[in-house]
Amino acid sequence: MSALLSVARVSKRFRGLVAVDRASFEVVRGEIFAVIGPNGAGKTTLFSTVAGALKPDEGEIAFQGERIDGLRPDDICRRGIARTFQIVRPFPALTVEDNVIIGALLRTSDTAQARATAHDVLRQLDLFDKRAQVAKSLTLPDRKRLEVARALATAPQLLLLDEVMAGLRPTETDRIVAILRELNARGLTILLIEHVMRAVMALANRVLVLHHGAPIALGSPADVVREPAVISSYLGAEAI
Amino acid sequence: MSRLLEGVPKRAGVLVFALLLALLVAPLFANDYLLTILILILYFAYVGQAWNIMMGFAGQLSLGHAIYVGLGAYTSAALYLHFGIAPWIGLLVAIPVAMACGAIIGFLAFRFGVAGVYFAILTIAFAEFARIGFDHIGYTGGSAGLFLPVAQYTHNDLWNLRGRPAMFYYVILALTVAVFLLCHLLLRSRMGYFWLAIREDEEAARALGIDTFRYKMAAVTISAGMTAVAGVFFAFFYNNLFPEQVFHISRSIEIILAPIIGGIGTLFGPVLGAFVLTGLSEGMTELLHALGIDVPGAKQVFYGICLLVVVMALPDGIWPWLARRLGLERRA
Repeated sequence: MSALLSVARVSKRFRGLVAVDRASFEVVRGEIFAVIGPNGAGKTTLFSTVAGALKPDEGEIAFQGERIDGLRPDDICRRGIARTFQIVRPFPALTVEDNVIIGALLRTSDTAQARATAHDVLRQLDLFDKRAQVAKSLTLPDRKRLEVARALATAPQLLLLDEVMAGLRPTETDRIVAILRELNARGLTILLIEHVMRAVMALANRVLVLHHGAPIALGSPADVVREPAVISSYLGAEAI
Repeated sequence: MSRLLEGVPKRAGVLVFALLLALLVAPLFANDYLLTILILILYFAYVGQAWNIMMGFAGQLSLGHAIYVGLGAYTSAALYLHFGIAPWIGLLVAIPVAMACGAIIGFLAFRFGVAGVYFAILTIAFAEFARIGFDHIGYTGGSAGLFLPVAQYTHNDLWNLRGRPAMFYYVILALTVAVFLLCHLLLRSRMGYFWLAIREDEEAARALGIDTFRYKMAAVTISAGMTAVAGVFFAFFYNNLFPEQVFHISRSIEIILAPIIGGIGTLFGPVLGAFVLTGLSEGMTELLHALGIDVPGAKQVFYGICLLVVVMALPDGIWPWLARRLGLERRA
């Protein structure tokens, strides 16, 4: 098992607050790896250090064997890690198609080829029929899928998803779960941060639980939800 | 050619062609006065288009574009006066000078995170430095101004840009058409898409692998270089340059009005805006004259009210509204 992404003893502090406290884990090529934890556990901060939006204070992050901590977000994307934003940020005044073309132009300078790639990705995400719409006119579930489409168009090895299911209804959640499964089956490695346990249980091969910035459990979804520490800190005693 | 026409609605193509034809034959019917107005319109269409690359495409608000006009004008005029270098050769110096200036402003701003209104203030500051600085540069005439020799020309000397309004008209028409086509191609290029991404959401653009610093620098330098060409034209058309006028902030504001009224980020916006604004301004003069109103400032007040009405009724500019009306929306 070779690690596609390895995070080693990464810490991030904001003044006195330790947001991420020596977090270590490895994401193996081909798996779906989930990070869960209560609000304020440091999930998004950890995610941001991997995506290059934040520089870790300590520790190392390596992707395909090369150090990437402290690199700029565009460098990291070019190396093959694409991300979505928790609060979706499509390019509002542009069409759905143009949003995705911009992602695809990372790997080609030929706009016709980028458009073809964009069309493929839009079909995968059930957005092809809406390609001429302006992004700001989309509903939230569509915007979430556009966010994934745009990231996918950059042809990543690893897809980072920051709470793509948040705010979605169960049927929409299941739809995205099905899409992500399909993408994973084609070889895409996925690291997701998620609150929606329904999605985590259905998707993840392995789950890391963060509490106060520190990892408290790591394992299969079924094992992790039985851990007493996870139940008391995150799921609540009534979940048993 | 096929790349030029890709995704262009047929009607838009016809419209461009008809407009171009009308502009080509205009000197056959127009007198020198009307021709001068048309020159003014095309000049504002040109600089508006160049400014639009920065603001309309890449989302970087420059309120100091007069600096690039001025640098182009002064560079070419000084080379002509001191060394007898023809403006078309002077252009090859003027463009890099303006691009270098744009690069300095861009580097300072984008490297150190100066964005939004602060970036706009920085551009104003540089134009003001130039205005005050050129007052003290004796080589280019200082505050007393720089003058190109003027005579009654019997024939047109295109190489030295000395001649009748008709010649200047065709020169600026060619430049405006060229910059229109160039912007059209840029907008459909990879860089054009990346500019739009930066304009819409810079952080999201970066997350998609776009080196935003590099593409913002490209926008500033390309826009500056294009604007410098207008400066060369300006110098040889007006024949006199005063720092107080050339670099004044009102000049920078004039540059941005046409694209704002016409439609920021659109290709037709600057052209349409230039026609509307200059037409309005000149029409107002005629109208007030015909009505016998001779109150100082009356024209400016009416002009201001008209602008206000347009901006309030059509905040996206006239062109997006007109395009919908004419069924010229871009094909998906």
